[in-house]
Amino acid sequence: MQFDFQSPEPIFLQVSNQIEDAIFTGAFKEGTQIPSTTEISKTFQINPATVLKGMNLLVNNNLLEKQRGRGTFVTYGAQQRVINERREHFYHDYILNLINESKKLHLSKDDILELIKRGYDNG
Amino acid sequence: MDKLEIKNLNRNFKFGKQKVLKNINVSFLSNKIYGLFGENGAGKSTLMSIIADYNFPTSGEVLLDGENVHDNDNALSKIYYMNQNNMYPKNEKIKKIFKLTKAIYKDYDSQLQEKLVNEFKLNIKLRFDKLSTGYKSIVKIIIALCVPCKFVILDEPTLGLDARNRDIFYRELIESYSANPRTFIISTHIIEEIDKLVSDVVMIDNGKIVLNDTADNIRSKAYSVNGPIDLVSDYTKDLSVIGKEELGQYVTIDVMGSLPNKEVPSGVKITKIELQKLIVNLMNKDGANDN
Repeated sequence: MQFDFQSPEPIFLQVSNQIEDAIFTGAFKEGTQIPSTTEISKTFQINPATVLKGMNLLVNNNLLEKQRGRGTFVTYGAQQRVINERREHFYHDYILNLINESKKLHLSKDDILELIKRGYDNG
Repeated sequence: MDKLEIKNLNRNFKFGKQKVLKNINVSFLSNKIYGLFGENGAGKSTLMSIIADYNFPTSGEVLLDGENVHDNDNALSKIYYMNQNNMYPKNEKIKKIFKLTKAIYKDYDSQLQEKLVNEFKLNIKLRFDKLSTGYKSIVKIIIALCVPCKFVILDEPTLGLDARNRDIFYRELIESYSANPRTFIISTHIIEEIDKLVSDVVMIDNGKIVLNDTADNIRSKAYSVNGPIDLVSDYTKDLSVIGKEELGQYVTIDVMGSLPNKEVPSGVKITKIELQKLIVNLMNKDGANDN
């Protein structure tokens, strides 16, 4: 796991984003145990309560589950849920912005499709 | 719930000519990790020593769960103060110092002590006064982590420690805290090492508390406004400015508090500030909150 604490985001959100990313890439596999709050806290020297807050966010989103006395595990289907969520974000963050910007540039729907094809083929 | 309360505390030196602490009011709650920050001479050590009854206030009081700690053995047995003075008898071996401490504290954690001695590679057969500054700190750190006190005050715990030993210290602090939550009050000048570790920040400047909030709250209230000088100056004119950096016509102004309810002018960029930078800014702020 790799953290980048240069970001201005609150630390508990960075913790949850980093764990989510590890689930997305498959570094943390479904059904497996993830490092404990204390381990993460020790490794990155973050307040344990902050780490717990970040983890709880993912528990609430059903990506992690706590098993009493055993630890925290990645839920089954977690990876697909992250992918679905990121696709939805992709639509809002990129597609809608792209269309907005295109309209300012007086590009038609076909123009945009043509540009996307060009970019996709060259990419 | 244990609560350490400092009420209307003043401390004067030199018959009142030098006011080191000015009407300090602050509470330390159970199971939190406090960062106590301030420049050299701001009053941090004086405050810590008064809390632990090593020093006395000119006026005001320190209460633990409502009881004045002064000469109060029961209250003081719950407070441990690791400080800069080396108060151990000269010629004493470390082994003996550990033994004496264990005799004083009933639930002293000898197992943890042994683990820490190994991790820090401390030779307990040596005499305390023969140790380097770093190893003197290590002996004191070990004791501070092993005593069964609800409030542990660490005044510059990493003084003289090399990078490896500082890392061990912070890891062991977290492990010990997770296994056995209690309150830590830590003063240090190396803020970036603990800015993610502390849950709360108390900052003293010139004998007064100038900041006392959770680290999350502080982070969410501090912004850096960047852009052309005229636009940035206008945008920040009614805000509490804590820092300013000019680079020709480009300026960065750091502010604290809510942002104005007006549109951010185009060309102006607003970002968050790291806790460490914020504290350094507050320290640099000339005559901050004087009188």
